[in-house]
This record gives sequence, structure tokens and C-alpha cells, in this order.
Amino acid sequence: MKGTAAAFALCVCFLAVSVALAQGQNPGKPFTGAEPKYDPAVYDELQKAPKKARERANPLENDADAVAAGAILFEQHCAECHGKSAEGSRKAPSLRASEVQNATPGTLFWLLTNGVVRKKMPVWSKLPEPQRWQLVRYIKSLGVLAPAAAESPALKP
Amino acid sequence: MVSTGRLALLGALWLFLLLFCTVPPALAQESPYFVAYDHYLEEPGNLEIEYFSTFGTQRGGNDFHAYWAEFEYGVTAWWTTEIYLDGQTTFNDSTVFTGFRWENRFRPLKHEHFINPIFYVEYEKKNGADKILKEGEGHDVESDFLVSNAEARKEHIHEIELKLILSSTFKGWNFTQNTLAAKNLSNSPWEFGYALGASRPLALKASAQRCTFCPQNFVAGVEMYGGLGDRRSFGLHDTAHYLAPVLAWNLPSGWALRVSPGFGLNDNSHQFLMRWGVSREITGFGSMVSRLFGGRK
Repeated sequence: MKGTAAAFALCVCFLAVSVALAQGQNPGKPFTGAEPKYDPAVYDELQKAPKKARERANPLENDADAVAAGAILFEQHCAECHGKSAEGSRKAPSLRASEVQNATPGTLFWLLTNGVVRKKMPVWSKLPEPQRWQLVRYIKSLGVLAPAAAESPALKP
Repeated sequence: MVSTGRLALLGALWLFLLLFCTVPPALAQESPYFVAYDHYLEEPGNLEIEYFSTFGTQRGGNDFHAYWAEFEYGVTAWWTTEIYLDGQTTFNDSTVFTGFRWENRFRPLKHEHFINPIFYVEYEKKNGADKILKEGEGHDVESDFLVSNAEARKEHIHEIELKLILSSTFKGWNFTQNTLAAKNLSNSPWEFGYALGASRPLALKASAQRCTFCPQNFVAGVEMYGGLGDRRSFGLHDTAHYLAPVLAWNLPSGWALRVSPGFGLNDNSHQFLMRWGVSREITGFGSMVSRLFGGRK
């Protein structure tokens, strides 16, 4: 009986911690005019990429399949937080902001590799290097999305 | 009265079915290891539900099938927490629930480095019939499993287990080394163990087509693990060691399958361990729970 109580208490604790930490999260819902925009300071992380990393060229820049492969990888690993069209959500910022789109491929690769673990962005080095470069190709292919366009119903999931 | 074990296992099954039916899966990107850990944590807000089995041969006694369910949750990008429920069936003997574990892994460094440390802290409440062999530690040897379940489950174990995980990914290869120290909270000395692993996806580039059998969906490797004695008699004498090829198949549907035949490396080891497992990652579990309790829509 003690064991049952302990297991039950543990499950309740687990649920409580989940709830508490989930309060700041929400599903991949795109921005609307009624909701606050993401703090632009989140993009400051891009500035932290070392010079050597920023200058790395994408070895798959001329790979004809890289964008298509990157699109599949994005849907599988990134869309949940960044939105289906990378337009951003309450969970994670837009990847179609000029700060991201104007960043060098090396900078995006560095950010993917290192994550921003104190701000919920996981480390993605578990994806092999070529897959991270494929993701970079896809993200860069999306282009800048004007803030008004982010409210377009067509982009809503 | 319904036993604690049955209650726990029924609860786990119920939760699994509930989540399976109501929330979307994500493509898992699982490492193939059963015993070793690498430095990758669960994505924040995601829940991974896993079931694993170990079939083991037993010289001088009955073979066994041990199994465990894992609920792994990404609390943040630097903290993953897991609950395990363990049980086993010893052939010609009985089926018993053997206990639970609560495991936490912490990533102390902000950025990716050539070697990435992870701190691992686990509390175990189990009985002496536990046979999942989730780690090699101390002087645990094959002959310990000769005791009948009825006798073994009389022993109650409260244990703290600490691990230092050092993991590196280089040119698609993952190399990991885990050092283990475990302390039974009764009057027992610290016990030590190790696990080593190496693995690599069969292809590093992703295909431009959606596919189930693409080589990038498979990760193959090998792991080795065993005990290192205890504080009073540290070393390799009277310890068991295993070598096991491992293979994971990450399906686009969100399921991941793992299989690993393991081989004992000395006379103290079980001669053969066959492990397999199935897991499914569920995205947005944290958000779902939050909405259930009136969080932001």
C-alpha cells in the first residue's frame, strides 16, 4: 500500500511540475494582431556566433535537393515551435524575420548546433551536419515575411 | 486486493492509450542505446513514452523476460525527467512488479562542445527481483539471479544513482562514456559501473522524399557496459560485462523501434541478452496539460 501511495504521489508531482513549466508554453499558433510580438531581443543570440562560425559557407549551397530535404526536416523537427511556415508562435520566434533571413548560413548553422538551451531552443547537433545544412538552405529559401503577412489566414495551420 | 504492480502497469497502459489517441506524434530522433546515454535531452514540452524488453538466459536457473515502461519529459532544454516502471517474468517461476525509478538529466553547459557533460541523478525504489539490467554496477553477476522471485522480492532497495555522461558527436558519429556511482541507502558501500557507446546514422544527408526505409532513419552502433566493483573492492574481479550491437529505426509516423542482441564477456555475465523496445514521442504534452488546467489558449 505504501508503494502505491508513493507511486501516486510521484505521478502527481510529475504532473504538477509539467503543468507549472507548461504555463509559459503554448501550441504552435501563429501570431495575430491581438497577441504580443516576440521580443526582438531573442534574435540577439545570432550575434553571439563566433566570427569563424559566421563565415562558414553552406557546403550544400548548390545541392538541388537540399531545400526539399530541409523542408521535410523542418516539418518534422521545427514546425511544432516555429510554426508550419516558420512564421513563429508563442513558443518560438519567427524564422522569417529579417534578423534571421539576413544572417549568414554559418550563423544559422551555429545556432542550430548549439541551441539556446536557457531559452528552450534545444541543441540540434543530434541531426548530422549535412541535415543541419539542409535545414539552413530551407530556412534561407523562405525569405522575409512582412509582419502584416503573418496574420494572413492562409498561413494559419 | 489488486497488487501495486498491476495498478502501476494498468495506469501506465491507460496513460499511454490516452496520449496515443489524443495528441500528435513527432518524428523521433532516437539514439539506439539501451544502457548508455548520450548528451541529447528530450525537447522541451515533449513526452516520450517507451516500452523496453530484455530477454536473458540464465545458467543453472530459469531464463527471464524483464520489461519496463518509461515516461520521458523535456522540462526545459537543459533538464529531462523520466519515470520508469519495471517488472519481470521468470519462466517456470512467476511475474512480478519490481519497482520504479525517477531519473533526471541536466545539461550544465550552454553551448555544444567537443565533449558535452550531462549530470544524471536517479532515485530507485525496487525489490531484489529486478532483472532489467539497465546498468552494470558493483559486483552484480549472473548467479545473483538464481534466487526465486518469491525470495528475491523480499529485499527492498532504495538506491541513489549518479552518472557523469560525457558525449561527443564527430562527423556523424556519437561517442559516449558514462561513469556510474550507485548507493543503496541502506548500509551498503558505493558501487561503480561504466557504459560506453558509439553509433552513427546509416546516412548523414536527409532524403528529399518522404520515406520509411531511407538509410537516415536507421542508427546503428555498439555499446559495452559492466560493473567496476564497489568502494571496498574496486576493480574488475567478480564483475559482469556485456557487449551489444544496437540498432534504432526512427519511423516517419513518430514511432521508433530499437533492437539489441547482447553478449556476456566473461563467466559472471549472462551469456545472451536480447533487448528490444518501441517508443513514441508526443509533441506539445506540456501545452496540452497546461490547457487542461486553464492555461493560455
